[in-house]
Amino acid sequence: MNTINRRLVLGGIGALGAAGILAGCGEGSAGKPGAAPATGDGGAKGYEGPNVELDFWNGFTGGDGPFMRKLVDQFNTEHPNVKVKMTVMQWSDYYTKLPTAVSSGRGPAVAIMHVDSLATNAARNVIEPLDDVAKALELKQEDFADVVWKAGEYDGKRYGIPLDVHPLGFFYNKTLMTQAGLDPAKPPATADEYAAALDALKGKGIQGHWATPFTFTGVLSVQALLWQYGGQLFNEDSSKTVWHEEPGVKALTWFSDLVKNGHSPKNVAQDADNIAVMNGKNAFVWNGIWNINTFKEKKGLEWGVAPLPNIGGTKAAWAGSHQFCLPKLKTPDQNKSTAARVFVNYVSQKSLEWAKGGQVPARKQVRESADFKALTDQAALATQIDDLHFPPPVPGIGDALAELNKAVNEAVLQKTDPAKALADAAARADKILEANRKKYGA
Amino acid sequence: MRGHGRATPYLFLAPYLVLFTVFVLGPAVFGLWMSLHDWDFQLPGKPFVGLQNYKDLFDPLSATAEPFWHGMRATGIFTIASVPFLVAVPLGLAVLLNRHFPGRTFFRAVYFAPYVLGVAVIGLMFRYILDTTFGILNAFLGIFGVPEIGWTTEQPYAFVALVAVTVWWTTGFNAIIYLAGLQDIPAEQYEAAELDGANGWQKFRNVTLPGLRPVTVFIVTITLLASANMFGQALLITQGGPGDTTTTALMVITDVGFSQFRMGQAAAMSYLLALCLAVVALITFGLMRERKS
Repeated sequence: MNTINRRLVLGGIGALGAAGILAGCGEGSAGKPGAAPATGDGGAKGYEGPNVELDFWNGFTGGDGPFMRKLVDQFNTEHPNVKVKMTVMQWSDYYTKLPTAVSSGRGPAVAIMHVDSLATNAARNVIEPLDDVAKALELKQEDFADVVWKAGEYDGKRYGIPLDVHPLGFFYNKTLMTQAGLDPAKPPATADEYAAALDALKGKGIQGHWATPFTFTGVLSVQALLWQYGGQLFNEDSSKTVWHEEPGVKALTWFSDLVKNGHSPKNVAQDADNIAVMNGKNAFVWNGIWNINTFKEKKGLEWGVAPLPNIGGTKAAWAGSHQFCLPKLKTPDQNKSTAARVFVNYVSQKSLEWAKGGQVPARKQVRESADFKALTDQAALATQIDDLHFPPPVPGIGDALAELNKAVNEAVLQKTDPAKALADAAARADKILEANRKKYGA
Repeated sequence: MRGHGRATPYLFLAPYLVLFTVFVLGPAVFGLWMSLHDWDFQLPGKPFVGLQNYKDLFDPLSATAEPFWHGMRATGIFTIASVPFLVAVPLGLAVLLNRHFPGRTFFRAVYFAPYVLGVAVIGLMFRYILDTTFGILNAFLGIFGVPEIGWTTEQPYAFVALVAVTVWWTTGFNAIIYLAGLQDIPAEQYEAAELDGANGWQKFRNVTLPGLRPVTVFIVTITLLASANMFGQALLITQGGPGDTTTTALMVITDVGFSQFRMGQAAAMSYLLALCLAVVALITFGLMRERKS
């Protein structure tokens, strides 16, 4: 998945205009999706029934699309009685289209969802619980990092089968590091080392870490820093925002001070931080693991990737995760349900292929295989697995997080003091959390 | 005609009426119904809340009021800043392109060309052009010693950029309408004005402008509405920023309706926006109607 697609998810480029709001949702009043079908072995024993066709929706429009298509083709060849038809669309369209399609009975049999959308879609009856698949796959908590595992659960049931984890990583330009007298084989790993490296770069007239005010990946960096400083985004039961407490303020201050201290230009535009690393103007960028393939394609770029430096004292990094989910079928179809489970099972076990697209496999067994370790860049970021954080599995949590995006934007643009920006955003987000509790009856 | 009975006009109207009912009236009424509920089409319960969604928009403590009015403000600023340019620039262009000179058709096509592009194309293109550090615009201005400007991340430049992009993008459309209007002004009026000794400016002021009045009313009205519905440019170029200063009302409505799935609240916002636009359109009409002396 490339950054533009990911970003559009947040932007939510939906139907154009009020007309869409008025006209778009007519069908849904009937929306009582079908009851969960009996599930049996969760796809472990394969599918013997009559020929079925499965629609499979996802948003892999970037460099990862071809990797998934290859897996689908392979599955289709090996399973003559199941034909998986993959449909790829922009994530933003996808997240608005899927619920509508499900409620009108035209939803796909299998779909991919980001971990932070699972709870919302579970609460909205868009997807089915699939504890049986997890059982059939013999997926256990031990196979995954705790957070990855728990993030797929909502209301005591499992809704997502983790396919991958995509953490934030520390990308660096080796040429610039050498120019500044730094050892490109030893990227800075602590707050002091990082500060020293930035100063050394500054001494050579290089702004070493551009602070972007945009979600990708400024907000993700600030979230990582917040956890590093020992903070949390929300309180224990996610009823209140706590990102405006001390760790959050420290995190946002550290990040926006990059501008103040001359390590970053002002007004960095979207993606300019990353482009600057590729152009040899910026030394460091914290970007998602999907960036590996972007950097690989840039000829002549000497780069490396490492786990995020530990600035705040606790190792931590932001991560996302793609999860398989099974949208509800309006008319339950046992054959389709079984075949869909077989497919999920199949791809889940092939996640090494998927990792080549620039992801960390969710399964421990794949992660620890020699084949995966041969993908050195991905493997370097996989070492962060136990330090990763996801948003809590609370329906509509993204609505509240959108307020954090505004706070980071204002602070990094030096418009608002970090503490105030965070507090204002927290007040707005608390209202949204409260409204969501009412809406989803939590 | 009388022999065909009373049903005839209605039969002629029927096809349009059916379309209108299904695609405009029906959804509009349904939206009004929605706005009175806490509506999520996926959730079984859609509790009736009366006017609460509307009241919330006027209650500063609610979750929807602040984003909505910020959106309305951004929409208002953009509309006020863009409409004069979107009316004046095409008019000037149309007058120029109405003259006879070699290559006229070519230039007409050139100025209309951007309008053909999708918003995604112009959005992506201008994100590169306007980039603070790598953008060609800042590079060009740098030649004259202008320091780097955050076209997408600083105010008021973000609005300047959005207005400029929109003018560049949509000028062609209004210019074409003006051109059509210009060709409807009888040549005799210009001849008569010339005989009376009018100069170019006087001809423009006393023949062209009055002749274009109905066209201008039309253009001002549709441009107002189009500007008030601005969505794609801000979403793609400034992403609603810096802060939420360029997050337009439509972006807020889309977010509330399709990302947060609060269709009821979004519908209420839509109706309030529609009401405001109706009032603005009426005022425009009132101000610009033909005055009979």
